[in-house]
Amino acid sequence: MKKEILFIIIGMSIVTQLPRIIPLVVLTRINLPPLLVRWLKHIPVAVLSALLFPSLLLTNGSFSLSLDNTALLAAIPCMVLAAKTKNLFLTVFTGIIISALLQLL
Amino acid sequence: MKKDILRGLKTAFPIALGYLPLGMAFGILAAQQGLTALDVFFLSFLVYAGSAQFIASAMISSGAASAAIILTTFLVNLRHLLMSASLAPYLKHISSPVLAWISTGITDETFAAGYPEASSGKVTPAFYIGLHCLSHASWIFATVTGCLLGTRITNPEKWGLDFALPAMFIALLFMQLKNKKDILVALAAGILSTALAFVLKDNFNIIAATMTAASVGVLIEK
Repeated sequence: MKKEILFIIIGMSIVTQLPRIIPLVVLTRINLPPLLVRWLKHIPVAVLSALLFPSLLLTNGSFSLSLDNTALLAAIPCMVLAAKTKNLFLTVFTGIIISALLQLL
Repeated sequence: MKKDILRGLKTAFPIALGYLPLGMAFGILAAQQGLTALDVFFLSFLVYAGSAQFIASAMISSGAASAAIILTTFLVNLRHLLMSASLAPYLKHISSPVLAWISTGITDETFAAGYPEASSGKVTPAFYIGLHCLSHASWIFATVTGCLLGTRITNPEKWGLDFALPAMFIALLFMQLKNKKDILVALAAGILSTALAFVLKDNFNIIAATMTAASVGVLIEK
């Protein structure tokens, strides 16, 4: 293993782990203002949606609303399935199969 | 204790399965970009962040400066700050060293899947042992395996594998949507994040959209 790559990985690890560790360790030891707690309650929905939409609507950095956008096409049945079953495994598994089929077309 | 570990494992199971295609795709790509299985192991063990690993691997192979790679990783993963903070109100009963360990296992997926249990207020460290160990082990296994298969497999997207991540986000999002306000917050975050992607780099669109949409959520309460 090259020393240079190990050095990069250790650096990446430090800058990734600190933002994970510090808020949880520090904020659990103080009483948060109720307004902040209410704000934090919306984070799960907001962050997942903020991750999801660009992964479906952008292809190589540009906006794509066409039938060539297989991710977007595959997402539609996935959303129906997810809303009905709330089942993570079933949704991911079905999504992969639909996406593979769409690539074949 | 045992029951909590089991519940953690059960929560992790679909994530672990979802990480297999995703991790394989990363490992294959990393091998094609010249990383060794040991490099991939340490990346997945110490960094444990999908999108950052994809970006870093590409940057390493293109000979980017170390400082640039590390800075990009920091920016891309800064969203964990918000996830970690949002767990804080519910984990006050757990000691700091244990919390520090729990934090290192926070990913988009483990955060979202574990959040309902955490916000019930009765979550135990044992639950996180099950959830985080299985998820992390699956990520390491999948990425290293992908790297070992390496150059023998081409075009992972042909197998639908690149859709594992959006599909996981879809399922996790729909598990969190409980009322009309949640749907409004989701739409605000999604639309804003997509629009901001054109002007903000390094996942800052995700952070800005998340913070704005959460504020919208507070404003539309009652």
